[in-house]
Amino acid sequence: MLKIRNLEAGYGKLRVLKRISMHVAAGEIVTIIGANGAGKTTLLYTIAGMIKIMAGDINLFDNTLGKIKAEQIVAQGCSLVPEGRQVFSTISVQENLILGGYVQSKKKGYDKKQELDKIFDIFPVLKERQDQLAGTLSGGEQQMLAMGRALMAKPKLIMMDEPSTGLAPLIVKDIFQIIHRLRKGGNTVLLVEQNARAALAIADRGYVLETGKIILQGPADDLLDNCDVQRAYLGRDVGK
Amino acid sequence: MTAELFSQYLFAGITYGIIYAIVAIGFNIIYNTTGIINFAQGEFVMLGGMIAISLNTIIPLVPAIALAVVITMIIGALIEIIFIRWLDNPSVLRMIIITIGLSILIREVALHIWGEGVRSLPYFNGNEISSIKILEAQISPQVLWVIGICGIMVTLLSIFFRFTSLGLDMRACSANRLAATLCGINARNMVTFSFMLSAGIGALAGCVMSPITYTQYDCGTGLAIKGFTVAVLGGLGNSMAAVAAGLLLGIIEAFSIGVVPLAFQDAISISILLIILFVRPNGLFGCNETANLKEF
Repeated sequence: MLKIRNLEAGYGKLRVLKRISMHVAAGEIVTIIGANGAGKTTLLYTIAGMIKIMAGDINLFDNTLGKIKAEQIVAQGCSLVPEGRQVFSTISVQENLILGGYVQSKKKGYDKKQELDKIFDIFPVLKERQDQLAGTLSGGEQQMLAMGRALMAKPKLIMMDEPSTGLAPLIVKDIFQIIHRLRKGGNTVLLVEQNARAALAIADRGYVLETGKIILQGPADDLLDNCDVQRAYLGRDVGK
Repeated sequence: MTAELFSQYLFAGITYGIIYAIVAIGFNIIYNTTGIINFAQGEFVMLGGMIAISLNTIIPLVPAIALAVVITMIIGALIEIIFIRWLDNPSVLRMIIITIGLSILIREVALHIWGEGVRSLPYFNGNEISSIKILEAQISPQVLWVIGICGIMVTLLSIFFRFTSLGLDMRACSANRLAATLCGINARNMVTFSFMLSAGIGALAGCVMSPITYTQYDCGTGLAIKGFTVAVLGGLGNSMAAVAAGLLLGIIEAFSIGVVPLAFQDAISISILLIILFVRPNGLFGCNETANLKEF
């Protein structure tokens, strides 16, 4: 579904990503873990077309990305739930979701109401709050709204950037359960997280990103057992 | 003050006030999608009036105005496409300097085409001396045209932004441009469209006011300053507040004539602008919280 080869990207002259190669197959949950500044968000933004590729290539749904604009990547079926939720705070919850379905609404036979109901099934709390301004929602609800909005575009691949940031542990659990359920519903998920334990627990495979390079990769269970990962990201001192 | 004088001033205030409000809404539409103040907004008003006057020599009034609005909208779109669109992440300051340059450029081009002369469209009904008596005041029918058309424009704009899907897309771009792009909305097209829209409403305002205020190659500058004062007074980006602030400024100006000489009229609005910028930079109706989040 997604294949990345020797990707380099960054901001201005600053190269953040260094020769990244990775892939995501259909139906998988793949997680990218790493510390602050490792380049996780940059990687997702590059796939989403918001940052220009300096070298290497990204192959999404058998199309080579490169000159394709961000808004066209959404239409191809790859949505990003950005870090910090980025809901349209001055617009109502329902309108936020309608905007999420922007690329679908251009297609024939699009039933806005039916699509909204599907999202309300997954996130019942959004239905209760549909007429409120998105900015008045709590952090957890805003995260759900951001996820719901991305799902409205009916993506084949959904990328999530740190969905658990700033949320209470109980809500984080909810969010991860929903991600798990999305996969059951046929979605492919690329998940970027600092909460390595929770991410690896639901993922099939994982990549560890450090200062712009992938230093480790493998099945999620192997990474959970890996001494280096445990020491660096799971806060366990394996030496003793 | 007699009741007659009072309502005379009031109508004059409302007429100018709603024109200022339209210019301010033009500022706000572009500000909302790009975060910049388009200082060429006043020139759109001038262009609308001038083009309609020229066209009116060959075609009747109504099609001349309609065509002038369309031409100004195309000019607005071209300006955005040529000078703004290709910039990659331009800074706010850079874009503002560009719009100031554009306003000078348009003014000079207008001077070459139309010369220094003061022109005007004919009165839509009657002529200079016809008047209607409302609330004791003698009102030119053109004043009612200005108030009516500007009022309809404001209403249609608010319906457009609230209930149409294109309006919603534009609001999304102004609420969060990054997220709008991630929803698949082409934010750059929305910016072009916002330039077209504000050029169009500016041009229409320029046409209806032309018979009473006259049109000259440099009349946009003064209007831009007044419009900017109103936009800041109401709170940048808030179009409905701009209407209230516009009427307020227009009425203050009109009544000030009774107290201070006419020459001080512009000084009053500039003083209001300065006071607002010092005391309440987020405007009468703006809230502190959102103002803190804005870049400019």
